[in-house]
Amino acid sequence: MRTKWLFNLQLAFTLLVCAFLIVPVILSIMAGLTVNYLVGIESGLTLRWVMEVWNGYRNTIFLSIGISLACLVVTLLIGIPTAYVLARRQSALARAIEELLVMPVAVPGLATALALIVTYGSLSGFRTSWAFILVGHVLFTLPFMVRSVLAVLMAIDLNTLEEGAASLGASWWRRFRDIVLPNCRAGILAGSLMVVTLSMGEFNMTWLLHTPFTKTLPVGLADAYASLRLEIGSAYTLVFFLMIMPLLLALQAFAQPRLKKFVAEDDIHE
Amino acid sequence: MGPRVKPGVTAQIFPSPRASSCETRGPIFSVPEETTTKMQRETRRLILLLLPAGIFFSAFFLIPMAELFLIGGTGKEGWAAYASIITNRNYFNSLLATLGVAVLTTIVTLIISGISGVFLQRHKFPGNGTLVAMLTFPLAFPGVVIGFMVIMLAGRQGLIGTVSEALTGDKIVFAYSLAGLFMGYVYFSIPRTILTVMAAAEKLDPKLEEAARSLGASPFRVVVDVIIPGLKPAFISAGAICFATAVGAFGTAFTLAAKINVLPMVIYTEFTLSANIAMAAALSFVLGAVTWIVLALARTAAGGTVAAAG
Repeated sequence: MRTKWLFNLQLAFTLLVCAFLIVPVILSIMAGLTVNYLVGIESGLTLRWVMEVWNGYRNTIFLSIGISLACLVVTLLIGIPTAYVLARRQSALARAIEELLVMPVAVPGLATALALIVTYGSLSGFRTSWAFILVGHVLFTLPFMVRSVLAVLMAIDLNTLEEGAASLGASWWRRFRDIVLPNCRAGILAGSLMVVTLSMGEFNMTWLLHTPFTKTLPVGLADAYASLRLEIGSAYTLVFFLMIMPLLLALQAFAQPRLKKFVAEDDIHE
Repeated sequence: MGPRVKPGVTAQIFPSPRASSCETRGPIFSVPEETTTKMQRETRRLILLLLPAGIFFSAFFLIPMAELFLIGGTGKEGWAAYASIITNRNYFNSLLATLGVAVLTTIVTLIISGISGVFLQRHKFPGNGTLVAMLTFPLAFPGVVIGFMVIMLAGRQGLIGTVSEALTGDKIVFAYSLAGLFMGYVYFSIPRTILTVMAAAEKLDPKLEEAARSLGASPFRVVVDVIIPGLKPAFISAGAICFATAVGAFGTAFTLAAKINVLPMVIYTEFTLSANIAMAAALSFVLGAVTWIVLALARTAAGGTVAAAG
């Protein structure tokens, strides 16, 4: 009897927390689709605000997609080799390197952005291009790519696999292409989704790094919240939700059951 | 999961790379003796592979951070700028406000996520998956969007204001203050903390609770003496992440109001409005050092078990 009562109490509490997180999302979606939010839904539904966002801010959407894809390419190119090296050499030095790489995530984006500006702000060609924002995003997302690839590489017996292939005469490049890359597919996929999602939503750094010609989606959002009516801000948020929703769903699907199937046989029986 | 990965989300989703080690396993078959030249070639290759990330990281993080530190000492106050966070009354007050909001956020988030996380992990009922999905949905919202969510709830046209006006005639609006910021940070921290707690609760041994109960412990005693100690490493690592986020985040405060006097807003104002770059540099360097130290301390306090909990 008593446990039933406790169960209901906890369920009610959890539902309340859920409401706290989800109700504002629903309100914001509604606001973005109603003619006048103050009057309420009776004022009618409209796509007018979404169209206004599209006309006024679609450049920010394209820029964000472009930067997040560029960010993905760079983190793949420099992150996978880094994870491979860290997996091969498990020394104190490797751990120190890993710690260093995570620092841009621990240090507030504001500080990193200021550091970039005081160092490279005078290179006007660089300062005003979107590459300046890209640099910040790569710093921030690289640890996620490295760690998620590293997690998979540490779960397989990389050394044995590579030595086996080497003893059969496979060159390093063949080993890397035919053994390492296919084995860390899951890590690369999870890391990629993470990188794109984070880059798409990054604001702390981007607000200082952007120029009037390089506005990303979150920068545009901040703009709209500050200066435009609630309905437009909501419609813009709705567009953002639509863009990150597929990424989030994919992330949740891949985040759950992982690693197990890549573990060597004798580990599973433990 | 080690607290090295902060707000950026999936610290909890991915298990720590160091959690499982294959060092203990020997090779299945014997490996031919490697010659020195082969080893050297291998080392050279690894260094070469590390080079792109190394150059990028040095050029765009290590050097700029050193530059930031040096510029912090070039203002009219010189190196004393680094002490001004304590000696200057305004900065000190905003430091206190920042730390206060961060501590409160951490405590409240841990309590909420602790209750809901353990509950959802223990009781698998129909709809459980939906609840988890809803609770983790805001995981990737940037700070600006979180700020807007707070405005939808507690802003001038917000739900709380509308409901309270209808009920009591008094419109309650608190989005544009420290209270609104606090609400935003709790909103931001709940999804990732719940994930950490659930992962840790999964590894708790239910037999321990059974034993405590059969010895006559009340549900309250079971929570205090069995569940909370078992979740301690997860609480420390998730708490450190909540704290560091609340100290360093900027987007939520920016969306809510420029009047909120927390350190990131002060730095932003010094940089843009006052064009006091040296002071902004000094303050942001201190802020970065503080968050980094908190995360490092939490990692030491929680020890290796944090990784296993993740």
